[in-house]
Amino acid sequence: MLSRTADNLYWIARYMERAETMARLLEVGARMSLLPSAHGYRNEWDSLLQASGTAGGYAQKYGQAHQRDIESYLFFDLDNPSSVASCIGKARENARIVRTALTAQVWDAINTAYQELRALEKSPRDKLELSRLIDWTMNKAAIIRGSIDTTQLRNDGWDFLNLGYYLERSDNTARLMDVKYYVLLPRVEFVGSGMDNYQWATLLRATSAHRAFHWAYGGEVTARKIADFLILNGQCPRSLTNCIEGVCTHLKRLEKAYGRPSRPSEVAETIAAELAALSVEEIIEEGLHEFLSRFILEAANLSGVIFETYLSGDVR
Amino acid sequence: MAVTTCFNEMYEKGRVRPPYRQLEDWTRAMPAELREMKQAEAEALFRRIGITFAVYGEGGDPDRLIPFDMFPRVFTAREWARLERGIKQRARALNAFLADVYGRGEIVRAGRIPGRLVHRNAAYEKSVVGFTPPKGVYSHVVGIDLVRTGPDEFFVLEDNCRTPSGVSYMLENREIMMRMFPELFRENRIEPVDSYPEKLRRTLASVAPLKCEREPTVVLLTPGHFNAAYYEHSFLADLMGVELVEGADLFVEGEFLYMRTTEGPKRVDVIYRRIDDAYVDPLCFRPDSMLGVPGLMDVYRSGGVTICSAPGAGVADDKAVYTFVPEMIRFYLGEEPLLNNVPTWQCGKEADLSHVLAHLPELVVKEVHGSGGYGMLVGPKSTREQIEAFRARIEADPDNYIAQPTLALSTTPTFVNEGIAPRHVDLRPYCLVGERIELVPGGLTRVALTEGSLVVNSSQGGGVKDTWVLAE
Amino acid sequence: MILTVDHVTCYRYNRPARALVQSHRLMPSNCAGQRVLNWTVTVTDGIAGGTFRDGAGDWIQGWTVPGPVSEVTVAVRGAVETSDQAGVLRGHRELTPPDCYLRSTPVTRADAALTALAAEAGGAGEALDRAHRLADLVADAIAYEPGVTEAHTTAAEALKLGRGVCQDHAHALIAVARAAGLPARYVSGYLFTEAGRDHEAAHAWAEVWVHGLGWVGFDAANRCCPDDRYIRLGSGLDAADAAPIRGIARGHGIERLEVQVAVQAVQQ
Repeated sequence: MLSRTADNLYWIARYMERAETMARLLEVGARMSLLPSAHGYRNEWDSLLQASGTAGGYAQKYGQAHQRDIESYLFFDLDNPSSVASCIGKARENARIVRTALTAQVWDAINTAYQELRALEKSPRDKLELSRLIDWTMNKAAIIRGSIDTTQLRNDGWDFLNLGYYLERSDNTARLMDVKYYVLLPRVEFVGSGMDNYQWATLLRATSAHRAFHWAYGGEVTARKIADFLILNGQCPRSLTNCIEGVCTHLKRLEKAYGRPSRPSEVAETIAAELAALSVEEIIEEGLHEFLSRFILEAANLSGVIFETYLSGDVR
Repeated sequence: MAVTTCFNEMYEKGRVRPPYRQLEDWTRAMPAELREMKQAEAEALFRRIGITFAVYGEGGDPDRLIPFDMFPRVFTAREWARLERGIKQRARALNAFLADVYGRGEIVRAGRIPGRLVHRNAAYEKSVVGFTPPKGVYSHVVGIDLVRTGPDEFFVLEDNCRTPSGVSYMLENREIMMRMFPELFRENRIEPVDSYPEKLRRTLASVAPLKCEREPTVVLLTPGHFNAAYYEHSFLADLMGVELVEGADLFVEGEFLYMRTTEGPKRVDVIYRRIDDAYVDPLCFRPDSMLGVPGLMDVYRSGGVTICSAPGAGVADDKAVYTFVPEMIRFYLGEEPLLNNVPTWQCGKEADLSHVLAHLPELVVKEVHGSGGYGMLVGPKSTREQIEAFRARIEADPDNYIAQPTLALSTTPTFVNEGIAPRHVDLRPYCLVGERIELVPGGLTRVALTEGSLVVNSSQGGGVKDTWVLAE
Repeated sequence: MILTVDHVTCYRYNRPARALVQSHRLMPSNCAGQRVLNWTVTVTDGIAGGTFRDGAGDWIQGWTVPGPVSEVTVAVRGAVETSDQAGVLRGHRELTPPDCYLRSTPVTRADAALTALAAEAGGAGEALDRAHRLADLVADAIAYEPGVTEAHTTAAEALKLGRGVCQDHAHALIAVARAAGLPARYVSGYLFTEAGRDHEAAHAWAEVWVHGLGWVGFDAANRCCPDDRYIRLGSGLDAADAAPIRGIARGHGIERLEVQVAVQAVQQ
């Protein structure tokens, strides 16, 4: 397959996953705005911007954090490269370029999302409930993901789509946790105290894992349990372990299809092995932030190696 | 020739012509509501598959659809057989002309066409002089634009030797008609056109360079997804089963051309390019081109890859050279032309110019290098001011213009708001030239949707129709 | 005369290029006035492309250098036996129709001053005499002076300046010849000079088409026609079209170029 085609597929998946994460964040925000807060209203919305990695861009455009502005910025604003609209627009652009590498169903799903988005953009903002926008995004993301899973040929293109999904998801989970750790809970002595219950719950909500967590762990929500769940628990669909395992699976499939060992697979296996050997105690000991920073860096390095090997077109 | 007495392809002297008989019953049996429903369905299908047409420089909606008219245009087997012979003859002569003007230059030496028109033509590519492409073919897809003025009168309006577009509409129009009106295809014996992509691929593979000793790898080179015809590029690449590449996907190394794949470099043998000559190779042509592949022309000229159409093929479809195509047919093939040219005045000639300037309100005047219906004057449809403005342009640069009589283009029934009404049409069949010359029975019929309009270009509000050739 | 050429071009990049592609017109063709005795072109770490002779009779070869690469040296070495043909290009196999060379290019476009200069030569007489008069007029109008013009200077600009180097003389002569209805082209090659003037070793002149005689060389910069001191490499519509080396590097680095040319006569 052309390297550029692989690159486009990979980015379709990354953008769709990113759009979904943005919608989850907005949901968290909407929820928090309904609840009393120990840290005050502003702080909560700030943390959302921090978590989405768009705080700088927002501050430049709007200054003060206001719910309406933040909603617009995270959903509609094309100046925000991570907004839902930007992500869906770019996913659709990438899809248009590689139309023929996608099934009619996948194209249809992406194109329909894009056409509906354009219609939404034209509707007056005060007629649009945030909850409707969030549901719409989650729904579209699920349809696209589902049509990929059910209709795409299981060839190398499918692997590149999945690599995009898993890498983006691992990055998003790690960042969400890191932001929670630093922004939502700035005082180190609180870690593990279990005192700020609903804020931790917020993080679980942002990863759509609230219910699952309680089934898996029960009892009080603690940083330790959450770290275990979101980092090491293979049952959690957004856990780092799960994401990296997905990456490994698809890299192995590529090795097999192309009939040669690859460097990305080697790098991914190393990360996976490291995660497998870790206990949550060791993570806490290293420091959650230190661990996550290291993971984010390693995942970025893995993305870089995948790019060099498969997507840049420079491989011999 | 007056515009009002044009030939109606369905009705002749109040009677329905035989090829349209079934269609008459079909339209009678179709109530207006059903028609509207079907029209909406067709539009939804087009939008869904993503056929859209962006018009250069017009801005506006990049996802605009070309209007599709459901009323088919029909040719009998006999009519088509005649057209086919004429089209193939023309395609052979045009290729012979290209081989000659980039080789020994006999036709110029024999004084049958002025050297000035060829050698000083911007489309004449000096860098390929002396190089003979595989099988001696320069133009691998020849699109011949035809108009009809009577039961047996066809004229060639222009030739397209570079990269004629629109063939995806020929295929999609048929696909949509078959989906929506399967009964029509059961009742009529209509020659299929769906073999076109495979024939195109075979044609391209048949001109692989000598250095290629295995099954040739063919690619389609597009300027990219911002191009108006990108849909067609991706559609054709998909149906042919070949990669759709951009310049940056290709690179030259040593004697060969390669594409960048996830498994490493893969050699490319034949490029079906849908970019202009000027953008093929920044080393050879425009140094500022980001679209092409540096070094490609050297690989091409040393026989490492075939470029289709050959750079420089455009000199054969120039509107000034067009006048001489009948002469080419006689010179190279020793035959009389089966299809006529439209009588053409060349404003560059003194005598022709004065005739043209004296008869502007009756004539169609075109720029020699223009295309897509831009930069043209349709005398009978223009205001006095428009005519005078155009007169000034012709006088300023007569060499740049040709003029033709306003032909009474035939009409076919077309669905319009008020029901069914005659509208003017033209026809572009696509002739494939490789080891063999082939033509699928059909083509793109363009229709001027505005009443009385003679401009069928999609960029000027024209629509398209399915084109049927009935089996014997 | 037997001339030896030693021509080294070195490209350096401050940031490594991802790949380099070149098209060379660096190999003289055999014709009446020159016979190649030996000739080699090497490119450091380069992969040679196919070699072919184009419509104008020039040898062309493509080269690619896979990256990353920070330095590339193109070395041309060889010997050519030359003879004086009074500037006339004889025995040169080519197919390109001469009237192709009536087309102008941006650098050879005749402005009012060049058109006036062309008119000064008069329309009367044999084409050969007119060509000589045009070459003399250009030599008079543009004084040889290195350093005042650069690679992109047009014929019109050089005439206005009244100064320039061989490229400017050639462009100006081409412009006036075409304005006078004579096909003309740019020729790149080498020149052997006794007295130094080394920067002229990589040289350029013009050829004008004279009906019945063929292409005739005029070196307005030196007020002469090419003789046995000249080695002809190739031709084109202008300097860029006739360039001995054309290349593109993929990458974002800045290119620095160093050229050394030595042409010597072998003692016989």
